[in-house]
Amino acid sequence: MKEAELVIVGAGPAGLCAAISAASSGAKVLIIERNKSLGGQLVKQTHMFFGSEKQYASTRGIDITDILLTELKKYEKNVEILTNSTVVGMYEDGIITVLHKEDKYFKIKPKAVIVCTGAFEKSLAFPNNDLPGIYGAGAVQTLMNVYGVKPGNKVLMVGAGNIGLIVSYQLMQAGVEVVAILDAAPKIGGYLVHASKIRRMGVPILTGYTVKEAIGKDYLEKAVICKLDNKFQQIPGTEQTLDADVMCISVGLTPLNELLSMSGCEMKYIPQLSGTVPVRNEDYETTIENLFVAGDISGVEEASAAMVEGYLAGLCAAAKIGHKAEDFENKKMDYLKQLSELRSGPVGEHILAGIEQIVR
Amino acid sequence: MRIENHPILEFNRGKKIKFTFNGQEIEGYEGETIAAALHAAGVKVLGKSLFLHRPRGFYCAIGNCSSCLMVVDGVPNVKTCTTDLIEGMVVQTQEGKGVIA
Repeated sequence: MKEAELVIVGAGPAGLCAAISAASSGAKVLIIERNKSLGGQLVKQTHMFFGSEKQYASTRGIDITDILLTELKKYEKNVEILTNSTVVGMYEDGIITVLHKEDKYFKIKPKAVIVCTGAFEKSLAFPNNDLPGIYGAGAVQTLMNVYGVKPGNKVLMVGAGNIGLIVSYQLMQAGVEVVAILDAAPKIGGYLVHASKIRRMGVPILTGYTVKEAIGKDYLEKAVICKLDNKFQQIPGTEQTLDADVMCISVGLTPLNELLSMSGCEMKYIPQLSGTVPVRNEDYETTIENLFVAGDISGVEEASAAMVEGYLAGLCAAAKIGHKAEDFENKKMDYLKQLSELRSGPVGEHILAGIEQIVR
Repeated sequence: MRIENHPILEFNRGKKIKFTFNGQEIEGYEGETIAAALHAAGVKVLGKSLFLHRPRGFYCAIGNCSSCLMVVDGVPNVKTCTTDLIEGMVVQTQEGKGVIA
């Protein structure tokens, strides 16, 4: 069995920031990442971030990974990284099990763990929603921006939140036609700056619409869309059939919580946080001592919030196991202040109403 | 269906490699996943569902949803959306649960 001081599960924005924060406090950190490379979903985010300078606003997501890895390198004496390694179990006695490259299986006994597993894309229910050609919007983003492969020729985007709008724009950058963007809500959910950019390029954004049915034999060929009334019920007679060989589903993310649920910590379904999330304290410690969380696993928000949560959880987890940073109080106050700034505004209000129900 | 010109990104594709899909020879690039190489070659159907035998393609492309499972070099249930392509790989659509040799 391998001994470790602090294990961080997942090396996306939250996990990397947690590692920087804990390692700079003096803790020995072991990062476990299932992919071959670090950075999580930042690797496909070609758009510039919002937030403030501290969360790398105006920097493209793809460049933030390098910034974080350079920072992490400063503390390399305290950092060990395992890639191609999936944490597959968390047990009551504090032992976690890891599978490396499908063939090496081993146990680790850490003093503390920070779970930063992130979130995954939701699906949407309609007839034939399982046809090839119907993909998560993030999946299409990976295909285009990481591998340089076009998903198809004509795309219908379902969901006008920030991901739907941003991926639509990126599809056009890749030379793919976006037929329309639709959203069941009566209003566009994403930032208007993104929406106007897309409208100026001639793509209709249809609010109060949904997908009635997908049509195709082996893969998507057409999509039938229709209008919704103010109770989100389909209005008969409003159907339109669109030619599309790709449909992107962008109806939100939900926390990737299987691993955490396994640990036995108290979990709660919180709609405002997009799924079942752990009950925690202000330090992002769950109801199991020395088990911390950061990022989308504790409630789906933007990557900027995930990074600050990572710094905060890393700082607090390190302190908990005997590595209190010299300027602990100042840093903690700064991170809490950054989080409350990120959560100001109408979307933030919604998030805060969710957080209120899980923080003890 | 590869992107050749992009306003922000430059794709530094690895060396060209060959693999087979259901016996047919296909070219892909080193450093990309099996699913990405197949998609670039126009292959969308990666397998069939367990009971109703409906066509399956990838959905999440990051290893969460298991919609992209295929038989690779005789091993079933390989997540092709996160598994790197290797020269000479034998890739097959998966029907049913797969059999471990």
